[in-house]
Amino acid sequence: MRLEPVNNPSWVRMLGLPAVAILSTIIAASLLAMIAGANPFSVLGLIIKGAFGSKFATLETLNRATPLIFTGLAVAVAFKAKLWNIGAEAQLYVGAVVTVVLGTGALAWPSAVLLPTMAVATMLAGAVVLLVPTFLKTRFGVDEVVTTLLLNFVVLLWVSMLLEGALKDPMGLGWPKSARLIAEARLPRMVDGLRLHWGFGLALISAVVVWLIQRRTTLGYEMRAVGLNAGAARFAGIPVNAVLIKTALLSGGLAALAGFSEVAGLKGSLTLDISPGFGYTGIIVAMLALLNPLGVVVAALFVAGIFVGADSMSRAAGVPTYLADIMLALALLMMVLAIMLTRFKVRWR
Amino acid sequence: MSKGKSEAQVVLRLDNITKRFGNLTANDAISFDLRHGEVIALLGENGAGKTTLMNILFGHYTADEGRVEVFGQTLPPGNPRAALAAGVGMVHQHFTLADNMSVLENIVLGTAPLWRAGFGRAAARKRILALVQDYGLFVDPDAQVGTLSVGERQRVEILKALYRDARILILDEPTAVLTPQEADDLFATMRKAVALGLSVIFISHKLHEVTAISSRVVVLRHGKLVAQAQTAETDRHALAQMMVGAEVAAPQVRSANPGKVLVELAQVSTPNIGNVPGLGAVNLQLRAGQITGLAGVSGNGQAALADLIGGLIAPTSGALHIKGAAPQSWTPRAALAAGIARIPEDRHKTGTIADFDLTENAVLELYTKPPFSRRGWMNWGAARDFADKVIAGYDVRCPGPDTRIRLLSGGNMQKLILGRVLEVSPDVVLANQPVRGLDIGALTYVHEQLLAARDRGAAVLLISEDLDEITTLSDVIHVISEGRLSPGFARGALSTAELGVWMAGHGFEGQDGHAA
Repeated sequence: MRLEPVNNPSWVRMLGLPAVAILSTIIAASLLAMIAGANPFSVLGLIIKGAFGSKFATLETLNRATPLIFTGLAVAVAFKAKLWNIGAEAQLYVGAVVTVVLGTGALAWPSAVLLPTMAVATMLAGAVVLLVPTFLKTRFGVDEVVTTLLLNFVVLLWVSMLLEGALKDPMGLGWPKSARLIAEARLPRMVDGLRLHWGFGLALISAVVVWLIQRRTTLGYEMRAVGLNAGAARFAGIPVNAVLIKTALLSGGLAALAGFSEVAGLKGSLTLDISPGFGYTGIIVAMLALLNPLGVVVAALFVAGIFVGADSMSRAAGVPTYLADIMLALALLMMVLAIMLTRFKVRWR
Repeated sequence: MSKGKSEAQVVLRLDNITKRFGNLTANDAISFDLRHGEVIALLGENGAGKTTLMNILFGHYTADEGRVEVFGQTLPPGNPRAALAAGVGMVHQHFTLADNMSVLENIVLGTAPLWRAGFGRAAARKRILALVQDYGLFVDPDAQVGTLSVGERQRVEILKALYRDARILILDEPTAVLTPQEADDLFATMRKAVALGLSVIFISHKLHEVTAISSRVVVLRHGKLVAQAQTAETDRHALAQMMVGAEVAAPQVRSANPGKVLVELAQVSTPNIGNVPGLGAVNLQLRAGQITGLAGVSGNGQAALADLIGGLIAPTSGALHIKGAAPQSWTPRAALAAGIARIPEDRHKTGTIADFDLTENAVLELYTKPPFSRRGWMNWGAARDFADKVIAGYDVRCPGPDTRIRLLSGGNMQKLILGRVLEVSPDVVLANQPVRGLDIGALTYVHEQLLAARDRGAAVLLISEDLDEITTLSDVIHVISEGRLSPGFARGALSTAELGVWMAGHGFEGQDGHAA
């Protein structure tokens, strides 16, 4: 078996192969469902129905997609510049903490002022969290994969400490949980009567803004140049380290917005389980989207759909929920394979 | 067996090979024979189809028509393993060695079964040492490949082929990465190989090498075989003409008209980079309207000098003056702002970004300025117009400005870089190995552009390991050796032999050594 590069992949190749990847994921997942004792042909239908089959289901999926869009964007932005930010989880939690600190009554301002202030403060905090590993990378060459990954645990323990101490809700009956945000600090619903908050709108806007930055600004051009060939970028006069720092600010800020949106939009208070790994799933989302900011929205909806749909499917068909995790892993593997096959032709011999 | 003494045995026959890529016919019905003990030089411009042909021969590609015969047996198409087994060994332009393994391990890699403890190391070493002696391929079998020089790595590649009992060696532009001395060593090896009964196909652009080493020349042009000749019955001029299909004119070098000093180094030193010396108390003046040539064997501080003038490193001691003033800070941007155009040594790694399209590559050094961007927003329309202008003005052959530059040949890539830096009328042109690996057409073009820049009043610094190139183009020549710089010699003041003495490191007595 040999691989030959394909220099100008056709549209059929570029769209067909991902489609085949999704199809094979579904087939493989159906087989797994069969092994688990369910009717394989009903599994797909149940997942789609569970994710998008009703107004309630669809809104649930959109809500679930919201933090994934933010963390997906954070990862996509960083990876594009080859800044390996594995720490979106930490940045999310720090964002959530800042949201709680500012939103539980410390600032008694009207919503129109308070919410933007909180969003900006959140972004700054997330940016600082990623700035530390990035500085260590640019200054001392410390591998940011390790530092950002380990910071996740540091931050999680720190949040746990806060929830047992400074931020603990005095009325919380002893649960490690923060006080509730004041009404002015809550993100309003996008449409009256529908359970969908403005965090989703903010996520969509962020995706478009990131896309504009990457395609239309000098900073985006610099970030792409640094990611593709840092040596050539440096030679051409692009200040590589400064670009990495700016990338870190953007990426950390975006990940922190996920925490802001979850606390101010959905939960109203902070608990230690506010993120079931949104930071890590963001990596899958970004990879599925080929690091394209607009693709991140689609990929986040896909991933959220599988989570929400598989939840409901498992209840209906009586199979374990971790089928959703397996499906995601399969989808990622298939997609990586599909991406490789758009660039290379396989010749059997 | 005894018959045919007068006519040596045909070891390799290419019969009517045709290969198409889409509309392009890369090889058009090419046929020729390689005989026992013969060195064939395969000559042709970039894109003439040489590498495609060799890839078909070695089984990397499958020919659309035609067949390859080795020792009378037709090779199954598209099967490198069969080509290897039949005794064809290929040394690619880009080496395929594992840096973290020893020479011996690299050579044996792939010949021993995967799942077996040990591989008869002692026997392998004995065979390798014998090959090293027989072919003059001196390299330590226990050295880590990552620590070897380019020339040594190439020897390992050749040893790899010989270890697999290659009877036919294909060398794809082997001298492109070598110093003249290393190239001479390679030619000695090739002569030994022929004496030991091997046959060689040698791909090259450099006509003096072709005439020096080959017994027969095969010329390809636009995928067609246009000429075959005994090397003894032809000359460089005729070969050049066959290659490009037209009369090639040597560049007309008009006399220089030197002006003000634009760049001045006074007692400048830079740090060593690993084993490669930095600069040691170097004095240099680059004058407007003059080409200053830097001769020297590779790795003697050329990179440090290029990086210094290009803004990538700053002097550790001594003074750098640009147009009479010492720059505040010295970065690539400062160099660009001072009007220094830089043509880097490695156009793939530092000159361009492979996955950027031509437009994005064209504005790599200019994007911060209007009209390409305003207040941080790119103006891609203006960038595209600029790319179109460079493509048209510098004869960059490509499908259009949206093509990824990865898909261009080296010559066209270099023309884009040339256009990008010259289009802004620089005061200083720093050309580091500007024609390395280029075919004659592109080479002549680059040289003409450098001369034109000089005549326009630019100060040109030409760094090259090709002494012919330096002596032809330069108005003043400096020789660099171990980070020391000779005084400037006017055009024709020194003979090639005298320059060689300086290149070997003599004549620098009385100068300060490298500041430790």
